[in-house]
Amino acid sequence: MNIQANHPASRFSHYVTDALYRELIADFADWQDDDRAVEDAAERDLFRRLVEREARLLDRLLYEQWIELFAPECLYWVPSTPEGGDPRTEIAVMFDDRRRLEDRIFRLRTGYAWSQAPSSRTSRIVSNVEVFTCGRDDQRMVRSNFATSEFWDGEIRVLAGWTGHRFRKIDGAWKISAKQVNLLNCDQCIRNPSIIL
Amino acid sequence: MTTLERIKTPSRLRNAPLYDWDELVQEDRVHRLLYTDPAVFEAEMTHIFGGTWVYLAHESQIPNPNDFITAKLGLRPLIMTRDDEGTIRALYNRCTHRGTTLCRWEKGNSRSFQCPYHGWNFLNTGKLRGVPWPDGYADKLVRDPKYNLAQVPRVESYRGFIFGTLNMEAAPLTEHLGPIKRPIDEWLDRNPGGKVIVCEANRLKYKGNWKLAYDNSGDGYHVVFSHRSLLETENRFKDEASSKGMTYYRNDPDRLPMYCQYMGNGHHFKDKRPNLQKRPGGLWAIESLHPGMEHVQDKLRSRFGERAESILDLAGSEPVNINVFPNLSLLGNHIQVFQPVSFEETDAIWYGTKIEDVDGTLGEDVLTDINALRMRTQEGFPNFGEVDDITNFEQIQRGLMAPEDEWIYMNRGLGIPGRIHTLEDGTIKGPATDELFMREYIREWKRLMKAEPAIAIQREA
Repeated sequence: MNIQANHPASRFSHYVTDALYRELIADFADWQDDDRAVEDAAERDLFRRLVEREARLLDRLLYEQWIELFAPECLYWVPSTPEGGDPRTEIAVMFDDRRRLEDRIFRLRTGYAWSQAPSSRTSRIVSNVEVFTCGRDDQRMVRSNFATSEFWDGEIRVLAGWTGHRFRKIDGAWKISAKQVNLLNCDQCIRNPSIIL
Repeated sequence: MTTLERIKTPSRLRNAPLYDWDELVQEDRVHRLLYTDPAVFEAEMTHIFGGTWVYLAHESQIPNPNDFITAKLGLRPLIMTRDDEGTIRALYNRCTHRGTTLCRWEKGNSRSFQCPYHGWNFLNTGKLRGVPWPDGYADKLVRDPKYNLAQVPRVESYRGFIFGTLNMEAAPLTEHLGPIKRPIDEWLDRNPGGKVIVCEANRLKYKGNWKLAYDNSGDGYHVVFSHRSLLETENRFKDEASSKGMTYYRNDPDRLPMYCQYMGNGHHFKDKRPNLQKRPGGLWAIESLHPGMEHVQDKLRSRFGERAESILDLAGSEPVNINVFPNLSLLGNHIQVFQPVSFEETDAIWYGTKIEDVDGTLGEDVLTDINALRMRTQEGFPNFGEVDDITNFEQIQRGLMAPEDEWIYMNRGLGIPGRIHTLEDGTIKGPATDELFMREYIREWKRLMKAEPAIAIQREA
């Protein structure tokens, strides 16, 4: 299956600028602040449902629907250090823009991605969802914990950690503009890290 | 002042060799036991990861006085330290009292290490500084140098790469590296000031023998098959001006100017640079598409004109595989290290490298852009290529569980007149998909397994 180039960002990477990196680093520093926690149950529920939906789409390997949860100009970031670090000067486990996320999906769909042939089966438990404001009406930060059971090559293992989602309201809908996945063992050697987290 | 302790191989191994290595390693094939027998692995930890120079760390990981990182020599846990005076040591991370590992942090800065178990305290030179309640020991017992930490007796650097060996009879490092120094020099010298800085890593693990990774390190035969998903992904946009990545392997790769070269002592070199257009930007032209690529490219080209191409090449993946036996591989911009865990488990760590603006010709913002782009190019292959290779390594390990089907072949290119050439310097050159490097390195492996290395450890006096 071919991913259609739905957005200019699917084809060209002009938006990954130094300013974007700086904004990313700033947004993902010191945001988990009780004073900024959203109390409103309906709003918390909205974001909880979004991250749960994301987990379901990934468990069902519905990547083309999954990526529609993301803003056209988005980032998917799995740091290689527990503190996240500076992705401009440190290798990340994964650091994808829109196009590379679509590369990731394209590769999995080729049928020749031996690390996913057959595909892993996953069951993602997403919990402890907390929503934080961050000084912009059109932006929310969401923290959640995950425990992803992955069945691959005859065994089940658990990948665990926490996720920071940066949601932005685009044309009236909340979209993921950045997803930071913090694996507990992000700085250790990991066997076959080939599923989308 | 240091003292040296010669280590005699335990008699269990000394009585008789494990195997007739000539039976297991033949001209065109090797026996499955090289990969599946835990006893062979155990012997390798002495004869290979002890008997020859092994890559331990990069100097940029411990740049300041009293910096340390933990590392391994085979299975031996080490603390790589830089003392006040800048001397680098490879200390055994093992308390001399009861054997506890002293340091459980992967990196840091400390002048001393205190054992968490009974509080023995050691300087980062390895010298025992003190023990709790020393009057409980008979007459100054703990002043004996035998209580200073063991350390790797021979630690030498080549242009930032730190190696160590326990073998007192091994040739000096620079002599041991020999002809492989040339590609290492070229790999470094393409960067400003001829240096790189290690900056985190893609860290992978596979359930297979460490030699499967070294067998693969110069293998031009697997590329279009094992990496088919990568090549298709890199080339999914048909409107791109040039083919991306290792597409050149697709048609008749042995007739292309790229080549493989055996450099002696187990080291070998795959040079794909001759396939590139010989111009600044020739490397960048085949670089697959990465986050931020167009932004940085447009910015540099409008600012620097033609000079932008050679700057962009600094973010490109240098198309070489420089393999230093037994555990180091420089490829693209990565410093890859193979770390054996057991006969059927290996860690493959792809350290990323960044550059420095040593003479100020790039400027701070260009340096930031180029390094950011260089991070993104380096994340490409481990994510979209290496995962498929290590899956295939695991499946080799599984295939080798069949005991009766004994042999693994490495005979591609063997016995074809005019295909392989021995050059004046003794190096051996052949086409890109040849397995000549496997045959040659495993011959060196066999030599080391037969030899009795003069193993020693050292302690401060």
